[in-house]
Amino acid sequence: MLNATLKELSAQLAAKKISSVELTGEFLARIERLNPTLNAFVALDREKSLAQAQAADALLAAGNAGPLTGIPFAQKDIFCAQGWPTTCGSKMLANFVAPYDAHVIEQFNRAGAVNLGKTNMDEFAMGSSNETSYFGQVKNPWNTDAVPGGSSGGSAAAVAARLAPAATGTDTGGSIRQPAALCGISGIKPTYGTVSRYGMIAFASSLDQGGPMAKSAEDCALMLNLMTGFDPRDSTSLEREKEDYTRDLEQPLAGLRIGLPKEYFAAGLSTDVAQAVEAALAEYRKLGAVTVDISLPNSQLAIPVYYVLAPAEASSNLSRYDGVRYGYRAPEYGDLADMYGKTRAQGFGAEVKRRIMIGTYVLSAGYYDAYYLKAQKLRRLIAQDFSAAFQQCDVIMGPTTPTTAFNLGEKSDDPVSMYLSDIYTIAVNLAGLPGMSIPCGFGSNQLPVGLQIVGDYFAEAKMLNVAHQYQKATDWHMRQPQ
Amino acid sequence: MSLTLADVKRIAHLARIEVSETEAEDYLRQLSGILELVEQMQAVDTTGIAPMAHAQDVVLRLRPDIISETDRRGDYQSVAPQTEAGLYLVPKVIE
Repeated sequence: MLNATLKELSAQLAAKKISSVELTGEFLARIERLNPTLNAFVALDREKSLAQAQAADALLAAGNAGPLTGIPFAQKDIFCAQGWPTTCGSKMLANFVAPYDAHVIEQFNRAGAVNLGKTNMDEFAMGSSNETSYFGQVKNPWNTDAVPGGSSGGSAAAVAARLAPAATGTDTGGSIRQPAALCGISGIKPTYGTVSRYGMIAFASSLDQGGPMAKSAEDCALMLNLMTGFDPRDSTSLEREKEDYTRDLEQPLAGLRIGLPKEYFAAGLSTDVAQAVEAALAEYRKLGAVTVDISLPNSQLAIPVYYVLAPAEASSNLSRYDGVRYGYRAPEYGDLADMYGKTRAQGFGAEVKRRIMIGTYVLSAGYYDAYYLKAQKLRRLIAQDFSAAFQQCDVIMGPTTPTTAFNLGEKSDDPVSMYLSDIYTIAVNLAGLPGMSIPCGFGSNQLPVGLQIVGDYFAEAKMLNVAHQYQKATDWHMRQPQ
Repeated sequence: MSLTLADVKRIAHLARIEVSETEAEDYLRQLSGILELVEQMQAVDTTGIAPMAHAQDVVLRLRPDIISETDRRGDYQSVAPQTEAGLYLVPKVIE
């Protein structure tokens, strides 16, 4: 049951082999045992989860169930869920109980799924190691001295440790793909605009996107069917026909052109990761794909561009946290300005404050042109690199991360060194393209390696097909930590 | 563009984040490091390139000017630090 796919769980529920209440109960028991070590969940509500499970069982009995009815999912604590604490990993929202549901949460509720609990994350989604959370570090289930990745570290650890069948994450610079890679699971960040950001606490509005994190590409496809769709409450939500992301899973890969950017296989890539990725490419050639050497010449610019644009947008989005309408308010203060200054100094952690400061600087008078505007122009060049590349190939592949999971505390003293670990994922967010990571082997320390697949705009069904065929021929995605 | 301590204090004021003298020095170091990283942008010529704010260059949607929201002030204020008679309470702005 712990390793069952979403399809298998759905079948078991439909055949009455297990009830949603029993299934939810089993995961809750497992969480109770293992979460104290892993710290993947920050909020649990047994009563609420089981009440939803009961309602799901009623739907199942009445024959009104959908593909995900009755299945429990872990929700990244960035999604507002009515009546649940929604903290975004921050002291600033530690006391915040959401008075409404995010669009994504509504979709899961509407489908009769069960909210298993809220997962830990880097504070306000800023981080690549889940070390900046106000609620403490998350441990990598493969090695508890190592980081799970971030910012969706809790979700990744929960799925890897089989504390949940699947989870949601969000990805602004790699926060679904990188933890998926470091924890040996599958995750996809869809094309910007396909998953509504209504109720998804904002970090960088032009980059943030929610997506599934699960044990397989097929499971991700089923979840994407639920999570995507036009939402008029999100001004960046795209009006498009609803898609079935499972429709192309079984397409054969013969003739698939896989672009390999030379910039992704250069200095800085750890040998063991390179080897696992090369082995995956060999497997793809056996499946009938051909590899094509391509170049993304502006790749190196992705990091400086991102670390101007994302903090700039964050400084704007996080200006709402002022102790007036919700969240933390400093216990002692003088006048209003003092209340703002102390609330924000005390309520935000160090990394968040750093990024707000950088963002404020690059947007300030006299610096806007040299930094923010310049970064937006470079962003177009980066996007154009990908468009040019997709003339020569169908999908782009490479390593998701330059190394396997680093140790807790190893990079937390030097922000820039942490930022450099996002080198392969960040450009995808800047361009607004879909990107996914699937497990493709292990590194020299028995820690998982992730293969990144990048597609053109709206190519998720193709990418999931490409991932699924690999997962039928290999079993990396079925491995789990002891 | 090198940062000074005065810059850090100015930025902190704009961001409404209280910063002590020692913290300001820490920020000076860390922010200078990040800005060094970011300087790489200046090496590339971007003359004639249009800034990109959105992947599909979409524009903001319009909707009919009719009431679509319901009054949920009670719910939304239930999480507020201090309210009275439907208003949020904050300290006076002392001139």
